[in-house]
Amino acid sequence: MKLMRLAVLASVLAVSAPVAIAAGPDNYPDKSVNYIIPFGPGGESDITARHQQAFFKKLFGEDLVISYKPGGGGAVGWSQLNGMKGDGYTIMGINLPHIVIKPRQKNVGFATNDITGVFMFHYTPDALVVTMDSPFKTVQDVIDYAKANPGKLTTSGSGKGTANHLAQVRFDKMAGVKTTYVAFKGTGKAVTALLGEQVKAEWGYTSIGAKHEGKVRLLAVAMEKRHPKFPDVPTFKELGFDIVSGAYRGIAVPKSTPEPIRAKLSGMIAQINADPEFRKRMENDGMALLDVGYADYQAFVDEKAEVYLEAAREAGVIK
Amino acid sequence: MPGIEYLLEALTPFNIMLALCGVIAGTVIGSLPGLTATMAVAVLVPITFSMPPASALILMGAIYTGAIYGGAYAAILLNTPGTPSAIATTFDGFPMAKRGDGDLAVTLACLASVTGGLVGAAFLLGLAPPLAKVALAFGPVEYFWLAVFGLTLISALSEGNLLKGLIGACFGLLLSSIGIAEISADVRFTFGSQVLLGGIETVSALIGLYCVPVLIDLVATPDKHLKVTHQPKGFRLMEALAISWKHKFNLIRSSVIGTLVGILPGAGGSIAGLVAYSEARRVSKRTEHFGTGEPEGVQATESANNATVGGGFIPTLVLGIPGTPPDAVILGALLIQGVRTGPNLFTQEGSIVYTFIYGLFLATILMLPVGLVIGRYAYKIIITVPKAMLVPTVAFMTMIGTFSIRNSVSDVIIMITLGVIGWVLNRAGYSPSPIVLGLILGRIAEQGFVQAWTIGAATEELGLMFFGRPISLAIIAFICLSLFYPLVRARWIGRRRKVRAD
Repeated sequence: MKLMRLAVLASVLAVSAPVAIAAGPDNYPDKSVNYIIPFGPGGESDITARHQQAFFKKLFGEDLVISYKPGGGGAVGWSQLNGMKGDGYTIMGINLPHIVIKPRQKNVGFATNDITGVFMFHYTPDALVVTMDSPFKTVQDVIDYAKANPGKLTTSGSGKGTANHLAQVRFDKMAGVKTTYVAFKGTGKAVTALLGEQVKAEWGYTSIGAKHEGKVRLLAVAMEKRHPKFPDVPTFKELGFDIVSGAYRGIAVPKSTPEPIRAKLSGMIAQINADPEFRKRMENDGMALLDVGYADYQAFVDEKAEVYLEAAREAGVIK
Repeated sequence: MPGIEYLLEALTPFNIMLALCGVIAGTVIGSLPGLTATMAVAVLVPITFSMPPASALILMGAIYTGAIYGGAYAAILLNTPGTPSAIATTFDGFPMAKRGDGDLAVTLACLASVTGGLVGAAFLLGLAPPLAKVALAFGPVEYFWLAVFGLTLISALSEGNLLKGLIGACFGLLLSSIGIAEISADVRFTFGSQVLLGGIETVSALIGLYCVPVLIDLVATPDKHLKVTHQPKGFRLMEALAISWKHKFNLIRSSVIGTLVGILPGAGGSIAGLVAYSEARRVSKRTEHFGTGEPEGVQATESANNATVGGGFIPTLVLGIPGTPPDAVILGALLIQGVRTGPNLFTQEGSIVYTFIYGLFLATILMLPVGLVIGRYAYKIIITVPKAMLVPTVAFMTMIGTFSIRNSVSDVIIMITLGVIGWVLNRAGYSPSPIVLGLILGRIAEQGFVQAWTIGAATEELGLMFFGRPISLAIIAFICLSLFYPLVRARWIGRRRKVRAD
């Protein structure tokens, strides 16, 4: 009986070995790659993936096919990722802080460390946004108003426990003020609330400054250096607030994906990121590029997780 | 007419071909339950990269407008709203089909959709920049009241059985709160199951609650699916034109309602159809016939939901804020092409915007012949295919459709479960519509309420927030009208009779 099992095993290995070689990193990719976005179409995760799509085809000759698996703020997709086929032809978009915060809120079917990220390719930096005719001209104006009227300064933002929300929590703490955060479903609705003057300011992203040029004013951006598209807007760091944050986006693979393919995929995304035309398009949309490869992924997420978790605890989003 | 010089640019053979193919593809996709306009447009995005922006927009706009109309087929012939926009079409469309007027209903829907589409596009052409302000004037509290207004329709839909209607609505509201709450991020009613984290998907619930009971009844009873009183005699176009002319004010009013609701991001075709239906019902001389196969009901919803196409493009193009989910995809595609939306788009990039708007007119007009022909085939197939084939085919389609929305098998299971619950409830006298209204409007009402409350509490103006804003007050007035008008009317008629008797 044991012998037979061995024989079966051996024959399976014999059959599968050449296949494994054929699917190895040298020929990868030799067919289209399925890129799953765990959100609905039309959002920023979709748009950045669409930007990559064109360059993937140009650089590697294969199609990057985008599909959507929305639900639970991304949780539905991520909880199923490791059950998918790990041959490098199924990849999924990942977002920070989502993959850090969601699993700590409740059992959502995955843990942060279940996700095998291979590359973080960009982030949309957080920004404090007001309308063009707002009386707030600087961050100091906002702080002054908030100090004089505790709790009365309303800000919109996308979701709770999100980059926007955590930025608000951290800013309030650092500036010693109390403001009111109003969560909206997605960035589009949060901007609408700002433009319609339902709220006094918005915790949004640099991309809002690009998309609604002429109608909104960025007061500060949460970046290390100023954004090339907005050279006049100071960073929070310049103003004395140590906030460098935003919505980080990357790509993950199912756990069963072989190491060589993970490494190769990481290199490929880096190659797209290095394309000058790609950089130009992304920066024009107000995004900031990021090059965190497979080797550095875990350290990057761990470092960010610490900051996010502290802010989330502060905000009462997690216990 | 603004930008008339671009009319010829829209009428190139390539653009005409795109508009025609778009409308045909859209109509077919929209008629299949579960395949939505959003998905149809999203699938097309990569193809449009290689086209000039105006042509890309025409193609996507044509698919979108076709899909919204196509949703009427399933609503009328199978009692299944293929998209949420067509929910109110089932109220009178299916009873019409049941009594043998399915072909007439489909043709009426086509005429109404074309009218609605043209009115919406006309507003987009002429008044887009000023109308875009409407999108900004609607704050959280206005959405809350708008959703409550939609819920008042339950009282009208469940006349004579108000208690069951309200119980159904409460069940729907409960369903809407399952999963991770969109804005507060709380996890509710998942009972530890990860399947329920993503909540009950609206379209799969629609398919389950409306279509599955019809399928079960088809199997359980020996009757034919639809009664056929006459040999199919063409399109019944003349009859439909006469009805449309008689109710031209209904068509225009519903189209304007559709356009205005379309402008509101976060309201969408379902609310447009419901509001137009409830207004048509209130104004009509035949109020009591609504819900039993009244052509006016079909006209109201179908003109309103197609008007949301043009209406939705107004904030999309002027403000860069998508009016409806398909608009969000189209906006993304434009961004990637390097087109910046905003007020300047109309002045600086007139060649894109106006070419597109004329293209949308073209696609809407093409929808008339395309819609009539496809509609006739759809009707013929449904009445001639034997039940033994019809039931498994439709059942299969509902599963594929449900799966395709989120690529999720659990959605299919939820759809079937809700379908069985819906069938049992149907037999006990609970109709699916109040449940679905609760499910869709519950989310909008909850979000609006929480946001308005947060802002109001922060600024210490809670009362003013809910009852002190002009648009809110206007909607509240409509709510009162909708709730009490039937009572007042009944009393008024009663008194008049009494006066006469005296």
